[in-house]
Amino acid sequence: MTEKHIDEISGVSTTGHEWDGIRELDNPMPRWWLWTFYATVLWAIGYTVAYPAWPLLTSATKGVLDYSSRGEVKQELAAASAAQEKYIAAIKAKSVDEIEADGSLRDFATAAGAATFRVNCVQCHGSGAQGSPGFPNLNDDEWLWGGSADQIYKTVTHGIRFADDADTRTSEMPAFAEMLSAVQIGDVSAYVASLSGSVSDPAKVEPGAKIYADNCAACHGANAKGNRELGAPDLTDAIWLYGSGERAIAQQVRAPKNGVMPAWGARLGDVKVKELAVYVHSLGGGE
Amino acid sequence: MLDVGEVERLEAEAVNSAKIRQPLYAARKKIFPKRASGQFRRFKWIVMAITLGIYYLTPWLRWDRGPYAPDQAVLVDLANRRFYFFFIEIWPQEFFFVAGLLVMAGIGLFLITSTVGRAWCGYTCPQTVWVDLFLVVERAIEGDRNARIKLDGAPWSVSKMVKRVTKHTVWLLIAVATGGAWIFYFADAPTLLGEVLTGQAAAVAYMTIAVLTATTYIFGGLMREQVCTYMCPWPRIQAAMLDENSLTVTYNDWRGEPRSRHAKKAAAAGESVGDCVDCNACVAVCPMGIDIRDGQQLECITCALCIDACDSVMDKIGRERGLIAYATLNDYNANMALATGDGAHAIEPALVRQPGGRLVEKVAQFHLGKIFRPRTFIYTAVWALIGLAMLYALLTRERLQLNVLHDRNPQFVVLSDGAIRNGYTVKLLNMIPEPRTIRITLVGLQGGAMSAVGAEQMEGETLAVDVEPDRLKSLKIYVRQPRDRVQPGGTTFRFVARDAAGTETASYDANFIAPEASR
Ligand code: SF4
Ligand code: SF4
Repeated sequence: MTEKHIDEISGVSTTGHEWDGIRELDNPMPRWWLWTFYATVLWAIGYTVAYPAWPLLTSATKGVLDYSSRGEVKQELAAASAAQEKYIAAIKAKSVDEIEADGSLRDFATAAGAATFRVNCVQCHGSGAQGSPGFPNLNDDEWLWGGSADQIYKTVTHGIRFADDADTRTSEMPAFAEMLSAVQIGDVSAYVASLSGSVSDPAKVEPGAKIYADNCAACHGANAKGNRELGAPDLTDAIWLYGSGERAIAQQVRAPKNGVMPAWGARLGDVKVKELAVYVHSLGGGE
Repeated sequence: MLDVGEVERLEAEAVNSAKIRQPLYAARKKIFPKRASGQFRRFKWIVMAITLGIYYLTPWLRWDRGPYAPDQAVLVDLANRRFYFFFIEIWPQEFFFVAGLLVMAGIGLFLITSTVGRAWCGYTCPQTVWVDLFLVVERAIEGDRNARIKLDGAPWSVSKMVKRVTKHTVWLLIAVATGGAWIFYFADAPTLLGEVLTGQAAAVAYMTIAVLTATTYIFGGLMREQVCTYMCPWPRIQAAMLDENSLTVTYNDWRGEPRSRHAKKAAAAGESVGDCVDCNACVAVCPMGIDIRDGQQLECITCALCIDACDSVMDKIGRERGLIAYATLNDYNANMALATGDGAHAIEPALVRQPGGRLVEKVAQFHLGKIFRPRTFIYTAVWALIGLAMLYALLTRERLQLNVLHDRNPQFVVLSDGAIRNGYTVKLLNMIPEPRTIRITLVGLQGGAMSAVGAEQMEGETLAVDVEPDRLKSLKIYVRQPRDRVQPGGTTFRFVARDAAGTETASYDANFIAPEASR
């Protein structure tokens, strides 16, 4: 149905189609447009030769440039680790305190430690290192085994009560259920709770103080301020690893939980552990 | 004064005329624009000198900003993400200034187009300016229109070869200089020039030069009018921008028709003759290859060279200038009505022309008052409003900024003495090219105390931070509030940053989050 039709006004032939009296002019394409089109076709063919393109049965043609996006990632990663090398070497050579004293090295170690923390530590300590009952909050200023960068480094390297590491930090709170009566446990719990300002029954606190002096002061100290040599917590402050309040305290006296932290030194290597220590120390509660 | 019949008739044909049928893919018909001379050509030379001068020289202007910032007056510093324009320095977050300028440029283009048509196309568009420049080279080497047509048709010979090679070499040199000038806007020009010449500049610099050399050479030398006709959207938009009071290059057929090459004879025979002697001068000079006598056309960039060409013909034969002229559609229609007796008959030149050749009084002429119409007022008002708003924003903008992000996890930390601690990432923006000491204080947090991670030291209640010139400093700041002052659920307070010199302050309202119930 495409009969030749010439538009009167412009003198140009139309496509021959008509829609409600409207026709479309069939102006010629400029030749450069055609060349450009051919050029894109040539480019496309060249592209499929140079780059992976044509599907085969189990894979695709590799392309003469031997390009792959995986290879590119590999190169980028290699470049990134090459750029990190001088920092890694410096971290290897320096102590944690020295690392912290060097501004840019500290920034690098903090960022690297944060990444390692997110992979290995958040399962117990939480994504913000905020902890949960039984797993200490690393943001606060209560440190069972010491909160200096160096102490943190030792704790992370050797772990706590971790059987496979000879240098691990150990202590064990005995289960007093066998040594004290239920009433005595209630009394001493009331006494301990009262140390951090909670209001307890004075009738229990007084005998509790004596039971404390006889049984607990050896580790937690006469003033109940704890003892870092033994990992014995301060009982006068606002932070309670296994829960606050008389009930939780009584529970811990009766049948204590003694949490375990793995030793990371052998698993992550010294550099990563140093980075972790710098990161944890930066969380605000470090000493 | 020449007689009408003595005006040289040029063999010229409008190659882009719609009357010529073309095949499916049409090769470009070569256009050999003749050199024009006259007031518009002169004006175009001046505009060309100014625009090219601005383009090539701007990167070499210096502007002293002190030791901590580049001394190049106009610089787009991509690596450090800064834009320098004389006394103005723009950070990426202030890009709205650039966006505002673009909006102003757009509205400015509307304003110009609605008053004087496609003046942008005809005088200042880079495509027009560079094509003009390339044509100057072409004319200097190959001669004017007739010589070029002859050369083009001549068989290949040594002299043709020499001319062609010379022409394309000069074109390529101009193209390299064009591409080369562009990169100087993005780095210190003298340094970069040295690096480029010694082969030490970054690969991207050479790539940019290569790409812009190619586009300049192809668009300016080879494609020329095809860029305007086929590739540029503006010819399509212009119809929406023009109205009956816009000035456009117009062939005034109400006085030109009936055109005649033998006006004398025709007049003697008692036929009416118009002013157009059909010499084709207007077609020969047209860089777009059109015949303005066919009426307003998409291709016409209103370069006004046909006005110059026709005016000199009118001068020669002693007629009034302006057979081709800038005219508004209203004036044109009024004059047309005059010449045709309101359309009652064909154009009768005697109705608009006195026997001596002067035009009659009644002929409508353009006067400046027509520029002032509601449309141009609105464009001008909007344009000026945006400009003033930006100026106000520029003069009152802060050069010291403070941003505070509260730690998300944990939101607060209980310390051993029962105090509550919140952590913040504090960002200080020192937006001037001088090092500054900024003092941060807390306002409105009872018993609140700060500490910072890193080298920063507290000086009593304030934290003194040294910020590098023109940089952002990110700090980790901890704020603690003693147990007896903590309000359950938290409270709001304010970080205040003050320039040590005391001239500038910035503040940020932050939340201090605490546990809901007292423990
Ligand atoms: S018709 Fe006249 S104004 Fe339009 S492009 Fe050609 S010479 Fe320039
Ligand atoms: S409009 Fe002017 S320049 Fe064009 S053909 Fe007529 S007289 Fe010649």
